[in-house]
Amino acid sequence: MFNKRIVIPGLLIFVLFVTFPFWYNGLSAGPMPKPELPPGGEKECVAPASEMRAKHMKLLNEWRDAALREGKRDMINVNGVDYRRSLQLACMECHSNKEKFCDECHVYVDVTPKCWNCHITPADIEAKNKETH
Amino acid sequence: MDNNRRKFLKMAGATALAGIGAPAVVKLTSTSAHASSAAHGAPAVAAHAEGGSDGIRLGLLIDMRKLYGKPELIEKAVNACNSHHNIPKIESKKSEIKWIWPMPFPNAFPEHSHYHYPKQAQENKFPVLCNHCDNPPCVRVCPTQATFVEKETGIVAMDYHRCIGCRFCMVGCPYGARSFNWFDPREHIEKYNPEFPTRMRGVVEKCTFCDERLARGLEPACVEAVKESGAFVFGDLNDPNSEIRQILDKEPTIQRKPALGTKPSVFYIV
Ligand code: SF4
Ligand code: SF4
Repeated sequence: MFNKRIVIPGLLIFVLFVTFPFWYNGLSAGPMPKPELPPGGEKECVAPASEMRAKHMKLLNEWRDAALREGKRDMINVNGVDYRRSLQLACMECHSNKEKFCDECHVYVDVTPKCWNCHITPADIEAKNKETH
Repeated sequence: MDNNRRKFLKMAGATALAGIGAPAVVKLTSTSAHASSAAHGAPAVAAHAEGGSDGIRLGLLIDMRKLYGKPELIEKAVNACNSHHNIPKIESKKSEIKWIWPMPFPNAFPEHSHYHYPKQAQENKFPVLCNHCDNPPCVRVCPTQATFVEKETGIVAMDYHRCIGCRFCMVGCPYGARSFNWFDPREHIEKYNPEFPTRMRGVVEKCTFCDERLARGLEPACVEAVKESGAFVFGDLNDPNSEIRQILDKEPTIQRKPALGTKPSVFYIV
């Protein structure tokens, strides 16, 4: 092998560099996020919590396409409760604290959903509408 | 062996070319079909009834006789739309966002403008908006189908999630009915309507006939705002018993740039 003395330490440095985030944190991923449950005390969602945790993004995409592209803006009834197919009008009704519910996990896993570029949260509304009064 | 491979490649190449070429041929013929129907510039009501699509076809009739000398009514309709849809207020002509706005007669109806047109038409502004064309060029040119015709209602709708901001539709629309968000609109909105999202920088937007309100059994915001004047009549153009059809069947109306063949669904009584 050529340049054993350069290649092997080089490889070692590379591996250390790439795995830096893991051992820097002592091989722990930090405290688990604890999203705040709906302040209104609602216990039921449109699907069981485990399913919502894993698939809410898929459900939101389905709702989006149903409402906008197929014109299905009617309510969906789950266990006797009517929900509008809408992030801003249905989800945020119970999960009204986006900062303590949505962001909690999104920040932890470092994803930035684009939803909030357009959909306004209760906090946005309060801040804006206070400003003007 | 070599000879065979050579032949195969030639064949494959020719087939691929044919494959690429085919849709182009179809497209060309369909555009020329549009062009020939556009050349008629047929009166719009007939176009809707005959060549137009079946099913519900929502449209708007604006009776200017009830708006002459009352610019405040038009302003009321515009404001209702703006505040309902969280439309940013940007003064610059290039960057402003407008869904429904007042326009002088000669600009709105260049084909109808001539000397000695009734004075009141010349002197008053006309509310203009997306015409929800039956044959919308904006939809034809959109590469992502972010703008599309709602089959159930005939509304030319926007799916902001899909818009990539290429602005082809703005070039395609001969009415200037579409606006592009050059900035984050949120900084230019005074007060939020919690019932509606804002848009983001880089997407195109326009009037949607308030399809989200229609779904809840409400009329478009502009129609509701000037309800008592009776100047705006909204309804199904394909239903002979609807109020809008009753008026269209009896009163002479004009449309914006009918000769272009886009078949607008917005009608004016001058
Ligand atoms: S008025 Fe313009 S934006 Fe509206 S449907 Fe017609 S072409 Fe499209
Ligand atoms: S700007 Fe958006 S709506 Fe317009 S043509 Fe491009 S993708 Fe379609």
